[in-house]
Amino acid sequence: MSEVIVEIDHVSMQFNLYKERVDSIKEYMIKMFKKQMNVEPFIALQDISFKVEKGDSLALLGMNGSGKSTLLKLIAGVLKPTTGSIKTVGTIAPMIELGAGFDIDLTARENIFLNGAVLGYSKADMVSHFDKIIDFSELHDFVDVPIKNFSSGMLARLGFSISTVTQPDILIIDEILSVGDYKFQEKCEIRIHEMIQGGTTILFVSHSMEQVKEICNKAVYIEKGHVLEYGDVHQICDRYMV
Amino acid sequence: MGHFKTTLKYKFLLNELVMRDIKIKYRRSFLGVLWTLLNPLLMMIVLTLIFSNIFRFSIDNFPVYLLCGQLIFNFFSEASNMALTSILSNGSLIKKVYVPKYLFPLSKVFSSLVNLFASFVALLLVMIFTQSQITWTILFAPLPLLYICLFTLGVSLLLSALSVFFRDIMHLYGVLLTAWMYFTPVFYPLDILPEGIRSIVEFNPLTSFINLFREVVMYNQVPTLSLNLVCLAYSLVMLGIGAYVFYKNQDKFILHI
Repeated sequence: MSEVIVEIDHVSMQFNLYKERVDSIKEYMIKMFKKQMNVEPFIALQDISFKVEKGDSLALLGMNGSGKSTLLKLIAGVLKPTTGSIKTVGTIAPMIELGAGFDIDLTARENIFLNGAVLGYSKADMVSHFDKIIDFSELHDFVDVPIKNFSSGMLARLGFSISTVTQPDILIIDEILSVGDYKFQEKCEIRIHEMIQGGTTILFVSHSMEQVKEICNKAVYIEKGHVLEYGDVHQICDRYMV
Repeated sequence: MGHFKTTLKYKFLLNELVMRDIKIKYRRSFLGVLWTLLNPLLMMIVLTLIFSNIFRFSIDNFPVYLLCGQLIFNFFSEASNMALTSILSNGSLIKKVYVPKYLFPLSKVFSSLVNLFASFVALLLVMIFTQSQITWTILFAPLPLLYICLFTLGVSLLLSALSVFFRDIMHLYGVLLTAWMYFTPVFYPLDILPEGIRSIVEFNPLTSFINLFREVVMYNQVPTLSLNLVCLAYSLVMLGIGAYVFYKNQDKFILHI
């Protein structure tokens, strides 16, 4: 009997798309007065339920705008669901965008500590992992350079290295492996496999079927906010990704 | 209690955010962090020259009087002004990683607090230089500083939450702060004011904080209980309002950033 690590229970997410965004008090007053608040509900996810077991790596598949990223953000705790509930067990390392929270005026060294803090690590953690991060990102020569001078590939290396330096219980990866050069991508995949072997549960979004089949064992196919199918990755890939 | 625990867990992040503010502020400047000390001193000199020569208020030891007022008011205006945009400017982070959102306004209050301590050192230097009496009542100084911190945190939480929904506040608040400064006895004595305006100024919470601070630092008085209670009431009410508005709206921030 394996342990359920992510449980998504009848989750719906609704956004209010204001036809015109009301950002000022004056506009707000006028609109209120004229009763012109045009609110159009947009349902991004509707009544989603599934469970992920410990050690699984789940691919979220679907077209653009089907609600994959919204679902990942809900699991990461960035968004709160309109109805339903989400339970997660253990630590989550979200890689929804590499280097979220980097400050471009600070150096790589300073950003490693800042970003580590954002991800919820303690200072002692970061001090002990610092060399590992630099080694993995291969940025030895640029430790004390402000990262505004970095290329996007270098930023991605740094971000990936920080997020994956420890062994989180859940790792969320949203279309970020397409950055960096071929060699670094390979290195990232090896690292992800290591983490799977170490017992990390992976939630993975990618449009590259090769990567999905390489990394994941389960998949869920989402269309227009509904779960169409949940099951083995090869079956689902063959059925929907022709 | 739960909030207290998360704050402890994110103590390192709070520390990093404050360090970031300070590092970026003084990066590439020759004197660096020394500016936190020099800035209030230089401002004090300019204002003392202006006000003791042009307006000639009848205040003993004007530099110390001025610096006491400035210390409190500048802390308030700096912290609340920076906190105002703290949620908006960290939008990209809030969208991607879960972080307790109150950390952003809180970190701005803490970075201003660092400046406040530097100003306090400047104040002590000026007091020594002008041969003012420094007595044991200065040990009460943490009290007004605690009150102003709580009050400022309340205002900061309120403003940072409101500015997510109404960007106009960013432009309006600068004007409001200027008006607020003139209604606070930073560089003039209370008793030169006509009756009507005086009651407005006395109602201003910052006036009470500054009065309390001057009592203990400058006039060497043991602060009265009633003044303490008034200050405490102002700060707790403000903190309550700010925390309530922030807490009620924080889940909606991400939809508006």
